[in-house]
Amino acid sequence: MPKIIINNKEIEFEDGMTVLQACEMAGAEIPRFCYHERLSIAGNCRMCLVEMEKSPKPIASCAMPAAEGMKIKTNTPFVDKARKGVMEFLLANHPLDCPVCDQGGECDLQDQSLFYGLDNSRYSENKRQVKEKYMGPLIKTQMTRCIHCTRCIRFATEVAGIPELGAIGRGEDMEITTYLERSMESELSANVIDLCPVGALTSKPYAFEARPWELKKTETIDVMDAVGSNIRVDTYGWEVKRILPRINEDINEEWISDKTRYACDGLLKQRIDTPYIRENGQLKKTTWENAKKTLINKIKSFDPNEVAGIVGDLSDLEMIYSFKSFFNSLGSNNLECRQDRIYINPEERINYIFNSSIKGIENSDLILLVGSNPRLEASILNARIRKAYQKNNTKIYSIGDPGDLTYPYEVIGSNTSIIKLIAAGSHEISEKIKKSKKPMIIIGESALYGEAGRYTFETIKKFLFTNNFIRNDWNALNVLTQQASRVGALDLGLYSIAKNDNFSFFDKLENGLFKFIYLLGADDINFKKDDKFIVYQGSHGDKGAEIADIVLPGAAYTEKNGLFVNLEGKIQNAYKASYPPGDAREDWKIIKDLSKLLKKPEDYKDINELQKNIKKNITIKNNINLKNTESVEFIEKEISIKPIDYYFTNSIARSSKTMNECRRVKKKFLFTGIEKAS
Amino acid sequence: MLKDEDRIFKNLYNDLGWDIESSIKRGDWSQTKDIISKGKDYIIKEVKNSELRGRGGAGFPTGLKLSFAPKAVGSRPHYLVINADESEPGTCKDRDILRFEPQKLIEGCLITSYAISAHTCYIYIRGEYFREGEKLQKAIDEAYKKNFLGKNACDTGWDLDIYIHYGAGAYICGEETALLESLEGNKGQPRLKPPFPALVGLYGCPTIVNNVETIAVIPTILKRGSKWFASLGKPKNTGTKIFCISGNVNTPCNVEEEMGIPLKELIEKHAGGVIGGWNNLQAVIPGGSSMPLLPKNICETITMDFDSLIKEKSGLGTAGVIVINKDQDIIKCMARIARFYKHESCGQCTPCREGCGWMWRMLERMADGDASYKEIDLLYDVTKQIEGHTICAFGEGSAWPVQGLLRHFKKEIEKRSHEEPLIKKKTNIPYLIDQHLLEKDNA
Repeated sequence: MPKIIINNKEIEFEDGMTVLQACEMAGAEIPRFCYHERLSIAGNCRMCLVEMEKSPKPIASCAMPAAEGMKIKTNTPFVDKARKGVMEFLLANHPLDCPVCDQGGECDLQDQSLFYGLDNSRYSENKRQVKEKYMGPLIKTQMTRCIHCTRCIRFATEVAGIPELGAIGRGEDMEITTYLERSMESELSANVIDLCPVGALTSKPYAFEARPWELKKTETIDVMDAVGSNIRVDTYGWEVKRILPRINEDINEEWISDKTRYACDGLLKQRIDTPYIRENGQLKKTTWENAKKTLINKIKSFDPNEVAGIVGDLSDLEMIYSFKSFFNSLGSNNLECRQDRIYINPEERINYIFNSSIKGIENSDLILLVGSNPRLEASILNARIRKAYQKNNTKIYSIGDPGDLTYPYEVIGSNTSIIKLIAAGSHEISEKIKKSKKPMIIIGESALYGEAGRYTFETIKKFLFTNNFIRNDWNALNVLTQQASRVGALDLGLYSIAKNDNFSFFDKLENGLFKFIYLLGADDINFKKDDKFIVYQGSHGDKGAEIADIVLPGAAYTEKNGLFVNLEGKIQNAYKASYPPGDAREDWKIIKDLSKLLKKPEDYKDINELQKNIKKNITIKNNINLKNTESVEFIEKEISIKPIDYYFTNSIARSSKTMNECRRVKKKFLFTGIEKAS
Repeated sequence: MLKDEDRIFKNLYNDLGWDIESSIKRGDWSQTKDIISKGKDYIIKEVKNSELRGRGGAGFPTGLKLSFAPKAVGSRPHYLVINADESEPGTCKDRDILRFEPQKLIEGCLITSYAISAHTCYIYIRGEYFREGEKLQKAIDEAYKKNFLGKNACDTGWDLDIYIHYGAGAYICGEETALLESLEGNKGQPRLKPPFPALVGLYGCPTIVNNVETIAVIPTILKRGSKWFASLGKPKNTGTKIFCISGNVNTPCNVEEEMGIPLKELIEKHAGGVIGGWNNLQAVIPGGSSMPLLPKNICETITMDFDSLIKEKSGLGTAGVIVINKDQDIIKCMARIARFYKHESCGQCTPCREGCGWMWRMLERMADGDASYKEIDLLYDVTKQIEGHTICAFGEGSAWPVQGLLRHFKKEIEKRSHEEPLIKKKTNIPYLIDQHLLEKDNA
């Protein structure tokens, strides 16, 4: 490996590294503003200047490729003077309104000026004033504070794939703007707030809420979509003040979607904080004892076959596991985790997870989307596809038209007959897939709907299997689930499938065979209430609570320790950041209490034992040995991508004021016809 | 003084006609085929031997630059880009070449393109040179008609197409990488170097960017031989150069002269002398506004070539000589130049974006006598903090004129500045400062 000398210390570096990266390796800290590992190099802040032997000028280490035998110095008076000079220029037109700036305490400019700046200001001219810019309901701007590092522009154009952020004017008059002062139309837009090294772009909903040092930080997992982004939840007392991304190279890199970040204010509203019971058609507050007793008495009065349970989208494994054992002790097996007629094949784990993995997208050379709109269904995953497109120029095709995905793709049809052609090898795509080294087929829920879903899924699986694309080292079969609880629930067997009837649960539900329905945080299922007795256990007063006869207050995802399985099948731990409001309790404890009342106590004592049991129940097989790849009868059906109300997909988001605002702004654009309805 | 037969640009004043027929009469396109048949290496070697240095301002050896282009054409084509974005205040040499000697430039394009294996040549012309662009386009069309361009250009077997692209009036687009960005259709902001354009340039392809005058003299060098060119001027500063003399002189003009001509001779002989006589001279900016000025005592003896001007901490630049006599307020002049640079800074990197405006504001105050002594050192500090810390050479270009002023006319500034008052009576004290502490200090 080539060698470089940094501060008289010789170290080895990898080819393609910059001087800055080599310095980091050597333990020499380099201040920087514009440089960011995940964005292209701009080299415009000039803070990272270092001394290079034989160069009369200091060099910008972030942009200079490291070369064999370079001699770099980072701690000389020459470098110090250069840094002080640049810092003075940066601060010359910076307002220094730190006391009223939300970035205070986590501001790169603040920190670095302390270490590398001058101790006084020599700039006595009038400071520049820049008008604020409108960037939508999430981003608050104070452009006077901007130091023109262009990180936000580079993020918008490179990662988010939207061209509407840019710099106009030149010299002193350069301004960062969205040109037409409209909101940033991206699901990842709020990441520019994290990227901004100063307080020019700050969070609008979080404005003046708290100082960073006042907040308790908890590292946990997000549940707004099935990606399972790694997040940090900042709480002030009970309130969740904000949510920030955590780095996880395999899942979300350093980004999170706007919904993940801003649905958190929904945790404060519409909360169920006490048990309710319906009396004379009205929900009345009651005690836990009364609610539990009524529930158990009611449940005992029904035949086990008439009792059904539905698990909602935000449930953790603890809830699901205890719920299942509760039902099993009742003698009922009418459990379902789906809330719509989406075809599943739970025989093998590979049938319902994202086998190529999110990181694997980067290595793929051909992606076929089948009835999927990854931009709205899993925004972070969509950013990876864009990355693959930019890095490898990956070809992307789609069956069904999902609208703007921020990268170019070709729609090859929107009917199951295309799948038939591909499987038969008589479509040009099928040749392209066979020729590619690492193809990916991503099947979305829209393609799995109803009986045609069975044909779509099984045919694609068979096609991939016969062409040897379902291997241990590369599995091209991917199902894009949208719910955080789905894969985990399938792992634990929360489904009712009769032989040759994938939707037996839904048929029974529609035919009124169930008399008692237990909704575990399930809000999105459609059925007629009639004379059914409904129990709703959950955190938010939403559609489920509205029809319920007994409402049990549960905890939201930030208020309990729990396990979640993301769409790739990765089990991740979520940690308790806050506590449930009022009388609300952690869900698995409620169900444990119910089993006790049923006189069939559960087989675990505490959460550790519970989690051990869960992990025992999930078997992750490393070897794939598929045998039965049956043929399924062809069903002709249109594959149309189901419209998704992105900001309103779950009860927390629906309760959030910020999400409401985002939705309103987006709708306004639809009215004006600027954006194509997707 | 340069002999008439040694002049390269014989039609600099349009006495002989700029059309292609008149140009051919003057000797353009005469031995083009023979030169090209001698091969690429021969051309580059001849240019190297002639010790021609780039005429755009930096004075980089042209032969060396041409040799940076990859020898063999790989998967990506090579490009030749002509920098005709002549925006340096005080400079208008390229303009006259474009107007009156376009065939010299076009012939140079063909020879150079052949030498660097380029089939496409772009001429990036300043947006304000609209009429010049029209003339150049006409000249190119004439050359196409004569088969000097296009397929098998001038019967040499080499294909070349020339395209003109107009700039939009930004000074920074004269910087070679900003020019390429602008040519690609992006915002004109300099790129990071390395990689240099010779390897990664226009559309990511190997590109050689040269000034109009540099390319226009190449045919004559090859026709008359590198020895002839090297015999003119001084060693390492060879050949002839168009000087643009403007400012407080009796007859401002463009003139082609030998390199190394004494400045005094240049002004007295060609520009009719300084207004009010030589003794009325205050300072001369020798190479366009971005070069530090020289006071009268240096002007007496200085010769106009790259190296001797660098010795005096100035530079030849584009050889746009701006004469300033004693009727002018020298600080105000420099403040005006600083304002130009403040206006033209692209805003990409910090020191230049923030520093140029700061320098201008301070200079304006100094000119008005509103500055204190303390600020003279501060101004010098600011220029030093800009210089060398920027992406492109604009930082130097904006800082040098101010440094020149401080070097030679510090006394002038001091005369107008005042001492910082011990007690500032009417200063606005921000409310954040503890008022009583301040009063104690004042007492």
